Amino acid sequence: MTVMAVVAGGAQLLTVTVGAPLLIGLMRQVRAAWEGRGGGGILQPWRDLRKQLGKQQIIPRGTTVVFTAAPLIVAATSILLAAIVPIVATGSPLDPVADLFAVVGVLFLGTVALTLAGIDTGTAFGGMGASREITIAALVEPTILLAVFALSIPTGSANLGALMATTLSDPGSVASLTGVLAFVALVLVIIAEAGRLPVDNPATHLELTMVHEAMVLEYAGPRLALMEWASAMRLTVLLALLANLFLPWGIAADAPTLLQVLTGVGAITVKVAVLATALATMEVFMAKLRLFRVPELLAGSFLLGLLAVTSANFFTR
Amino acid sequence: MAPSTFALIIDFASGGMLLAAVLVVWRRALRSIVTLLACQGLALAAIPIAAGAYLGDTALLLVGVAVLALRAVMLPWLLRRALAAEPPGRRDATPLMNTASSLLMVAMLTLVAFAVTRPLTALQSTTLTDAVPTAFAVILIGLFVMVTRRHAVSQAAGFLLLDNGIAATAFLLTDGVPMIVELGVSLDVLFAVIVIGILTGRLRRLFGAADLDELQELRD
Repeated sequence: MTVMAVVAGGAQLLTVTVGAPLLIGLMRQVRAAWEGRGGGGILQPWRDLRKQLGKQQIIPRGTTVVFTAAPLIVAATSILLAAIVPIVATGSPLDPVADLFAVVGVLFLGTVALTLAGIDTGTAFGGMGASREITIAALVEPTILLAVFALSIPTGSANLGALMATTLSDPGSVASLTGVLAFVALVLVIIAEAGRLPVDNPATHLELTMVHEAMVLEYAGPRLALMEWASAMRLTVLLALLANLFLPWGIAADAPTLLQVLTGVGAITVKVAVLATALATMEVFMAKLRLFRVPELLAGSFLLGLLAVTSANFFTR
Repeated sequence: MAPSTFALIIDFASGGMLLAAVLVVWRRALRSIVTLLACQGLALAAIPIAAGAYLGDTALLLVGVAVLALRAVMLPWLLRRALAAEPPGRRDATPLMNTASSLLMVAMLTLVAFAVTRPLTALQSTTLTDAVPTAFAVILIGLFVMVTRRHAVSQAAGFLLLDNGIAATAFLLTDGVPMIVELGVSLDVLFAVIVIGILTGRLRRLFGAADLDELQELRD
């Protein structure tokens, strides 16, 4: 464990925690630009967070510790993910646990805490949102596993850092049928997991359609700020994972120099910004899917993930 | 052509065939199903054309061009004509099973196909035989579509999936089917689709819908 590895890990954590609200701001700004509006600026989510952090703590009557603990658990799992997943450098201090299964497990822990908090409020919307979220999550988590698993078959390792190192040394491995199928499956599930269009619309509070917003409906003040910051970090980490799995160029190596760490931070910022812009642009031209059609979309992406694994198994020579 | 390029083309062609079959199950609009069939025909034709260019076999190249003309252009055109006569509200496939479980069934069928063709690929592992499982999966998915769809045009789509899979298996397992066999099979498919087109028209005139479940009573 060198000092530089710790510095790389710290830089990665700082990039994600500070950059996540900016990412949300960028996506809203892109959307506003497409719709011909001025928009609130990229810094607006940070201003919202600061405003909410200064407000009074309110706890709805009848809620238990599940409700008060959920924002902490969601935020803690998001920060843990930001530290584990190789974003700036492949050899982060937590590299030995940067395992595919650990990452998906931590991701799911946050989801479960969120849904339990939704049920704990006892309101109709909270329970409805929780049931929808768990329906989606039950299909999303295995698909993430399968899609990344397809990439890990040629590598022979489930360690995310090792996956990216393999792609760096052999770029042809992602330009194959397996890579294309896994990429499409992963994009679909990331959209579903982060609650973006066409699965969930983050901009509305329409009771018939909302999923994520329904669960955080009873939160206010600092707890709401924590929830929103955590969900922004989840989206950032997932997009960074997608970018680094398929285009790992620029990521710092196991024993990075300071220059490499800075390059890594710059590269991941550019990659995630490009992905977010593309995602926001796509959302402008897309209507929300009916809720009963969402399992179809996710079953389809599960199938693509499965095909990616089978083709990785049978076509590798 | 380098062996690695050839392997990449075969992988993408057979994978594209499988992907088109999956999307046929996924989509509801018959118009896009017909477009997907045309794409699958294109991917199917790529196999003999690539193999012909790689092995230097002119007959195989010619067969590939014939397959391209028939399956990517002619058959989709015939199906589109049969579809254009349908009233606008009836241009959707009517599956007996909901889409999510159909897709999971397709996943299972694909795994079954990969499992049962293991002995075949184990005989002699080459670039071409390694892709046989996908062709076999397309056959099974075609059967599945024929069993679970009731609209005459989507039955035709299932039949074409089945036949594309069989043709792909033939191309992948053999070093080129004799021209006369390929011509006979192609002619068969062409006539089958023409007959289905006529059948759709007559069904519509008699019952006002192209649903095959209407064919229940015997008559002189």
